[in-house]
Amino acid sequence: MSAFHIIVCGSLVPDPLQTLEPITSPTGPGLKNEAMLPAVLDPWAGHALYEAANLAKNNPGSKVWLVSLGPKAKLQQLMMTIAQKVPFELVAVDGSASGFTDPFEAANALSDAIAKIPGLDRSKLLVFGGCASASRDAGVTMQMIGEKLGICDQFLAVDELSTPGDGSLRILERIEGGRYQVSSCQGAPAVLAWATGKLPVPPNNPQVGMMNMRAIMPALQKAVPAKVGSEGVTFSSVEVPKQKRETRIVKDMPVDEIAREIVAWITA
Amino acid sequence: MEKILYLAHVESDGTLSKAALESLGAAVELSKKLSGSSLSVGLIGSQAEKAAGSIASCGATSFFAVSGPEFDCSRYSTDAAAIEALGRQTQATLMVAAGTSRFGRAVPGATFRLNGRIDSRITGFTVENNSFQIQRWFYRQRMMSTQTRAQRPWALLLDPGVFSPWAGQPGTTSVQSIAVNLPELRTRVLGTETATTGPQTIRPDAKLLFVTGAGWTKKQSDGQPHVKEAEDLIINFLEKTRASLGSTKSLVDQTGDGQQVISLLSHINQVGQTGSTPRHQKGLSTCCHGEEPHTVGWRFINERRAINLDANCGWAQGKADVLYVADAFQVLKKVNELL
Repeated sequence: MSAFHIIVCGSLVPDPLQTLEPITSPTGPGLKNEAMLPAVLDPWAGHALYEAANLAKNNPGSKVWLVSLGPKAKLQQLMMTIAQKVPFELVAVDGSASGFTDPFEAANALSDAIAKIPGLDRSKLLVFGGCASASRDAGVTMQMIGEKLGICDQFLAVDELSTPGDGSLRILERIEGGRYQVSSCQGAPAVLAWATGKLPVPPNNPQVGMMNMRAIMPALQKAVPAKVGSEGVTFSSVEVPKQKRETRIVKDMPVDEIAREIVAWITA
Repeated sequence: MEKILYLAHVESDGTLSKAALESLGAAVELSKKLSGSSLSVGLIGSQAEKAAGSIASCGATSFFAVSGPEFDCSRYSTDAAAIEALGRQTQATLMVAAGTSRFGRAVPGATFRLNGRIDSRITGFTVENNSFQIQRWFYRQRMMSTQTRAQRPWALLLDPGVFSPWAGQPGTTSVQSIAVNLPELRTRVLGTETATTGPQTIRPDAKLLFVTGAGWTKKQSDGQPHVKEAEDLIINFLEKTRASLGSTKSLVDQTGDGQQVISLLSHINQVGQTGSTPRHQKGLSTCCHGEEPHTVGWRFINERRAINLDANCGWAQGKADVLYVADAFQVLKKVNELL
């Protein structure tokens, strides 16, 4: 068994069920009523968090930190929904969580926060996060965080991590064509940007929630402000595509006829 | 005066993948449109000379290669070092590469080392008055931006399946080899394996995407679910059409919920808000439900048809070209017979 110090980078995104409308603000593009939109933990970051907690549970002596960049008030709301899921210690960074911010700036803010975590042992360090976010959807931030922390072993779109017990890591990454690349890494430090992983969303556990919340509120109060924007980027337009198709609705057609029509279409 | 560096990793047989040729096509087009720009090629892999010959007539003024057995596999530490070396050697201001899993992993870190900036998942670009703008999507294909940036070097990862592949005559060209200082190699690539134990169902080059929704595992008209029958119908259809299989989130999530599930589906098949947005010429959705956030899964499908019992289903209304209001079990059974 190896003990790991697992950092999970993850923040909030608008609830996927919300209607999103872009607006132009003095600082660049944003979302209409962004501050009011219900937020959730970014789905891929969520998978990373659950995998981190599972890894920590199976490797005694391990610890999980969630490093989260977002507006402090919204992070507090977010913590109410995820604090009961798994044990973690929050490191809050008070800044924009907009999808229109530059990943370079977000990576700098997050890696600075990670470097300042007291007691973090680099020889045990695993940096987790999502393989992309549901906001910027760039898939590049984790690699930059790794670079800034000087970590040369990085894995993207990870679905499985196993620890054979000798300190090494066996990793499955998604590659093209529905296949996995299988790699073996000598051990920490490493960066793993997760896809969906293999674990379901854990059920709420009130005891875990109470334990987490004791440290979450002080962490939010101590949140370091970070200026995260999109310096150097000029947006000419941001728009929701108007793609409404004229749907031909076929009702009361016999099954045989529908099948014939579909086959003719497929084979055309 | 942009210095464009086209980056590609070479396949084991010395060829370039379709995605690599698409990004070469885009890089060549870009260099033609940006007056005063120059185009260089940077190749990674043992067979770089052979690959360089295959694209010798692309108009590049120079060819560089990072070669050696360490660079044949897809690994962050070696790939990032190679890309960094190529970027430094060429003093590139624009680096154009395909958004493959390999470059998606390595180019961002290499760009960071070069103190550059990166934009990924690029689906288009325009050049007007020698000003270069890219198009990319935000919030998981829900809104599209047109943007540019001042910083250089600027790395551009292009979405596969969007740009026309470069096509031209092979030839001979001289390739300059670039030496790379590698860090300690702590990662070994052991190989690849299929993501599911069943048949391979993800086929990026297929003409048709077949999308399955949660309705396949729900109770049918007799009050019972028929998951095994659904699975047989779907497998049979995929075998006959060689279609690629996609699924809605609700269906793949049932694996974690402990429900009876269609065994050939995994999260890798998931399309939509937290899944993939594949590009195929045609798409047939069956038993899919949901509104806009979910339907982004087939945003890049050209011709769309749906089979659903609900004529008002948000997955199909306004999204599909044709909606057949019918029982997908019956229709697919008949379709399989006809195929």
